[in-house]
Amino acid sequence: MAKVLVVTSGKGGVGKTTSTAALGAALAQSGQSVVVVDFDVGLRNLDLVMGAERRVVFDLINVVQGVAKLPQALIRDKRLENLWLLPASQTRDKDALTDEGVGRVIAELRSRFDWILCDSPAGIERGATLAMRYADEAVIVTNPEVSSVRDSDRIIGMLDSKTVRAERGERVEKHVLITRYDPARAARGEMLNIDDILEILATPLLGIIPESQDVLKASNVGTPVTLNNAESAPARAYIDASRRLMGEEVAMVVPAERKGFMNRLLGRRAA
Amino acid sequence: MDVRADPTRQLVRLRGRSYVAFVFSPVVPIVEWLAEIDATLARSPGYFVGKPIVLDLSAVDLSSSAIAHLVGSLNERNIRVLGIEGVEEDRLAANMPPLLTGGRACVITRNEPTQKPEPEPKKPTSLLLENPVRSGQSIVFMEGDVTVLGSVGSGAEIVAGGSIHIYGTLRGRAMAGVNGNSAARIYCQRIEAELLAIDGYYQTAEEIDVAIRNRPAQAWLEGDTMKITPLN
Repeated sequence: MAKVLVVTSGKGGVGKTTSTAALGAALAQSGQSVVVVDFDVGLRNLDLVMGAERRVVFDLINVVQGVAKLPQALIRDKRLENLWLLPASQTRDKDALTDEGVGRVIAELRSRFDWILCDSPAGIERGATLAMRYADEAVIVTNPEVSSVRDSDRIIGMLDSKTVRAERGERVEKHVLITRYDPARAARGEMLNIDDILEILATPLLGIIPESQDVLKASNVGTPVTLNNAESAPARAYIDASRRLMGEEVAMVVPAERKGFMNRLLGRRAA
Repeated sequence: MDVRADPTRQLVRLRGRSYVAFVFSPVVPIVEWLAEIDATLARSPGYFVGKPIVLDLSAVDLSSSAIAHLVGSLNERNIRVLGIEGVEEDRLAANMPPLLTGGRACVITRNEPTQKPEPEPKKPTSLLLENPVRSGQSIVFMEGDVTVLGSVGSGAEIVAGGSIHIYGTLRGRAMAGVNGNSAARIYCQRIEAELLAIDGYYQTAEEIDVAIRNRPAQAWLEGDTMKITPLN
């Protein structure tokens, strides 16, 4: 049974694209066939994070409008053969998406893949609503700060009312993924803590991704963080989250940076 | 196959059925009373058409011929008398309406339509929400109270004609008694509200006492001041 999962947040810059790529790669690594779909028409990024930007020929808009066939637009990942990308168009805007066209593309993807991960654009307009429209599950990416949490709350309300499942009286299964979490700053009260976020959102937690330099490093070389360095703290957190998506019970821990022995002895140069 | 039907004996079945009848109680002088009837008919011709009419003669003492004349006068006005009450049976001739007994008084509403309209289904006077109200959602219920079992998110709003009950944290706006119901109140398990309003009187988050924040609280109107006090 194919699952359509939307990665959304409302707010921009919280890590939707990074999380889509990382979760998609982690699911593919565990043997599932996965396609990641970029819905951010006009401001596409997922191709860069996946390292496929130089192989884009056709895109989602071409397929929605019937100009290209789906197999022509799908790009296979060079590292994982069961991971695919359906890129967005950079030259068009979100008005080029139609409800009916997106529905047709999603239906066709369902017949080919185990997981369809939709990378939603920020905002609550056409791009974001169409990205979530056909979703079975949703990952709501949230940073530990009040504006992000409130936007997530807004998006959860839309998932409960604007999706096909909601209109049929069914539920979209929702998960909160907290990204850019810094345990030290949270302990000092400079960030919202996990319990407060979950209390506000009243939605189960999928994982906690620690703030890390590894995320930016992986993005810059065009590799999902879970493929770039699977031993890094954020990669381990994403892999745990992907196992929870597949229904496994994984204890919730915030992975910390593993410091080498010499680092621990000689961590910082004194002035 | 034998399709012949046996001739079955028709049974006479008697059923009771009650009707509401207009009762005419003529008073002397009969001529003036008839003039009143004429005035009623002038205002709404056909008012008595199809309605069962009973003559109650207990207030007057009329002879047999006077009764016959009265019934005849009513017939001229297209008022057919169903039966007569309050008179000895021997005063009624065979061609007159029969004597009735055992009538009970009841109220007749004027211009009653012949068929009663379907009773309108009662509109609910309260709204129960089992899920949290999320940021950006607006719940408007003018007919009465709103009860929320979850929390009301920052940026969400509840507008109610009656009171508002929130069994979670109120982080958004709550506007109660918007129809001018100053007796409406707002209750919540934990108050972090952005704005509270009752019957148009409002307080913003800044004006709400810090000491009461994050606690169970209720808000109500005392005159034109809003009171917010902790619950229990």
